[in-house]
Amino acid sequence: MAKPDLRGPAVSVLMIVVPLALVLVAAAIAAYVWSVRRGQFDDLTTPAIRAIQDDEGTTKPED
Amino acid sequence: MTPTELLAPPVPACAHCGLPVPEGTGADETGPRFCCTGCAAVWDILHGHGLDRYYDLPERRLAPVQASGRSYDEFDHPSFHALYVRPAAGGLLETELYLEGVHCASCVWLVERAPLVIPGVARAELEVGRALARVAWDPAATSLAAIARFLDGLGYRAHPFRGARMEALRKAEDRAMLVRIGVAGALAANVMTVAIALYAGWLDGMEPAYFNYFRWISLLLTTPALLWPGRVFFQGALGALRARTLHMDVPIAVALAAGYTRGAINTVTGTGPIYFDGVAALIFLLLVGRFLQQRAQRAATNATELLHGLSPATARVVDGSAIREVPTEALIPGMLVEIRAGDTVPADGVVVEGRSELDLALLTGESRPKVASPGDRVFAGTVNLAAALRVEVEQSGEASRLGRLLRQVEAGAGRRAPVVQAADRLAGRFVAVVLLLALVTFAYWWPRDPGRAVDHAIALLIVTCPCALALATPLAITVAIGRAARTGVLIKGGDALEVLARPGTLYLDKTGTLTEGRTRLVAWEGADEIRPLILALERHSTHPVAAGFLAAWPDLPVVDAADVRQTLGGGLEGWAEGRHVVVGSPAYVAERTTEPVARRAAADLALTPVLIAVDERIVARAGFGDPIRAEAGDVVRRLRERGWRLRLLSGDDPDVVRAVASRLGFEDGSWIGAATPEAKLAEIERAAGEGPVVMVGDGVNDAAAMARASVGVAVRGGAEASLAVADVYLTRPGIDALDDLVAGAERTLRVIRRNIGFSLAYNVAGAALAMTGVINPLIAAVMMPASSLTVVLASWRSRTFGGRP
Repeated sequence: MAKPDLRGPAVSVLMIVVPLALVLVAAAIAAYVWSVRRGQFDDLTTPAIRAIQDDEGTTKPED
Repeated sequence: MTPTELLAPPVPACAHCGLPVPEGTGADETGPRFCCTGCAAVWDILHGHGLDRYYDLPERRLAPVQASGRSYDEFDHPSFHALYVRPAAGGLLETELYLEGVHCASCVWLVERAPLVIPGVARAELEVGRALARVAWDPAATSLAAIARFLDGLGYRAHPFRGARMEALRKAEDRAMLVRIGVAGALAANVMTVAIALYAGWLDGMEPAYFNYFRWISLLLTTPALLWPGRVFFQGALGALRARTLHMDVPIAVALAAGYTRGAINTVTGTGPIYFDGVAALIFLLLVGRFLQQRAQRAATNATELLHGLSPATARVVDGSAIREVPTEALIPGMLVEIRAGDTVPADGVVVEGRSELDLALLTGESRPKVASPGDRVFAGTVNLAAALRVEVEQSGEASRLGRLLRQVEAGAGRRAPVVQAADRLAGRFVAVVLLLALVTFAYWWPRDPGRAVDHAIALLIVTCPCALALATPLAITVAIGRAARTGVLIKGGDALEVLARPGTLYLDKTGTLTEGRTRLVAWEGADEIRPLILALERHSTHPVAAGFLAAWPDLPVVDAADVRQTLGGGLEGWAEGRHVVVGSPAYVAERTTEPVARRAAADLALTPVLIAVDERIVARAGFGDPIRAEAGDVVRRLRERGWRLRLLSGDDPDVVRAVASRLGFEDGSWIGAATPEAKLAEIERAAGEGPVVMVGDGVNDAAAMARASVGVAVRGGAEASLAVADVYLTRPGIDALDDLVAGAERTLRVIRRNIGFSLAYNVAGAALAMTGVINPLIAAVMMPASSLTVVLASWRSRTFGGRP
């Protein structure tokens, strides 16, 4: 049985996929730059601590 | 007897901070017990507002609370508002406060939650890394002073944050750096992915059309990486050339430019190697190394301005019969200011009216309060303990002794940096060698084959690019600093570790460093029955001795005293339970008794003696002192074993210093007493001429010396804002961590040497391969990330700090 030549059609997909990937990279970079400029990376310690603790209200019923 | 009574009672723990409660306090009480009144006050606040959940948090502050009791009135002054407060949405006001004593997760909870119980406080947010609290409040319902007093009651002393403008600059710089790293990283990752396809195709066979397609994609991705994040290297190289120096940036810029240009030409012509994967990875890795280094260095330089929070923001000026508040900056020589009890002295001057005692500990390190009466000079930054004083201003602001001291601190901080210079010299030599080798390679291959001459020179530049070398030191230091922080040692600068790794001379401050820094009752000779009588009188006083008595016996029955009179610098007399009680200095008591007062023994010289007479007869004597920390002896011994030369440098009375020195085994000549801040600085200057000097201290009086020393180490419990100048800050109470610090520094330096050794070995091998022309783009592409990765792993796996829990 002859081996089917898969190389030609398989690789030509790259002509579409690679530019698509580049567009995605550009979008990711844009999102990242936006988030840095909004200050989301300014303080990395406190929000992490706050997230664990913030469940309850200020007051707790006295016993 | 019930069975439970047979068991030894467990050591009771303070309900707030968890430290053991001092012996003899409320032994048969049930309910919460406390180590000090500060902790009790905080527990009351939290409990009263239903904030008990604080005690369930896994990480809490483990130190007694010391509220300063300041009024913070100046926080409501219009001039304060003009400087620091800005309006926020909804008619609110907003400001940033720098809080002393913030260092853990529970602080976030407490600072963000507790102030909200004050009506009118809209928001409280804490940035834990820099101890900055952003508060927003409704000026109609509450005042900033009330908020500050509340935070002070919780043990967080508030200072205005004066660096808002610097802060904005720094933030912008940080964000720009993060953008560069992120963009460079994303582009490098994609160029590498494409490179893998190219190498696979190169080994396996690939149609030329796709081969060229991928090369063009690489060019497309590398161009923005070079022009956007990579621009900093060209700017740095240009700057270095203009200043006629050789800088790491020079070979980096040459390699990037040469690699990119050659790669672009080869892409267009469709022949020869492209260097895009190397160029993109270089930009990314070098930016990461630079970012780590910058962060470690900057923490060391940012904080001098916090020191300015030490002098009060306003002063009360006596103007005829009226008293008005003016900003401290507006004080001019000749003005008359009133300083009430509890106030911080705003300017240097001479007392013209009143008699009081001043706490000079902040400025000079003296542990005993000093009497101030008309004609005496007082200094800005000291605290008035007892009664109102009127002072004629002689020097204020920058010209005051505190101001001059702060300038010396800044100058000292700016003058040091031998380690950094050594690193720069190494880099300069490295750069020269690399450029020379590239020239030699080019010259050698040019007559044989001009095309290969260019390729080999570029391969050499790329392969020897100091990628791993640039990462070797900052990574090891960053990892060590992170580990150290988890064990309670905050290290601000990497060079501190390099100095601490080799034994040198280490100066220790006494008050607050080797000792606890608080006046305590350490000797008592007399009957127990008279204790309540003493307390009855001392409750009427704010003197440290009174606080010492009250802290020593907090749970005795309360007895009322009548007719209590206080003589400053002397003592108290009054009536309690129908008996005439006198408590005070030997001279003061002698005047009021018929009995002769015995001379004190030489061994007691280090203590402040207090005599107690009841009905004209001396019945008891007490000694007050500043006890040596329990762990001090052990730490001193271990440091000596490591080869450090230890010296004691104190502003306290020589008698007191001598007693501490002999207890800790300091020989005569290795300790200095009665040293002013200026004398401390001079001593450190002298010693710095002979070798690396470490200064361990806790106060403003040590600040100039700490800044001038090769490394300044600050101990917890001092004026934290003033310790901003220190390179290392021990957040655990006591000096136990000092030994961990030195041991960790030794291990860190070993890791750095290993990293540098490895990356140099890699560079030598790479250079040899490139010069002989053996290297091809694939080998270069594998070698470069491999060397960096090894350095990263070696740093990460290193055990530098945290051998003990």
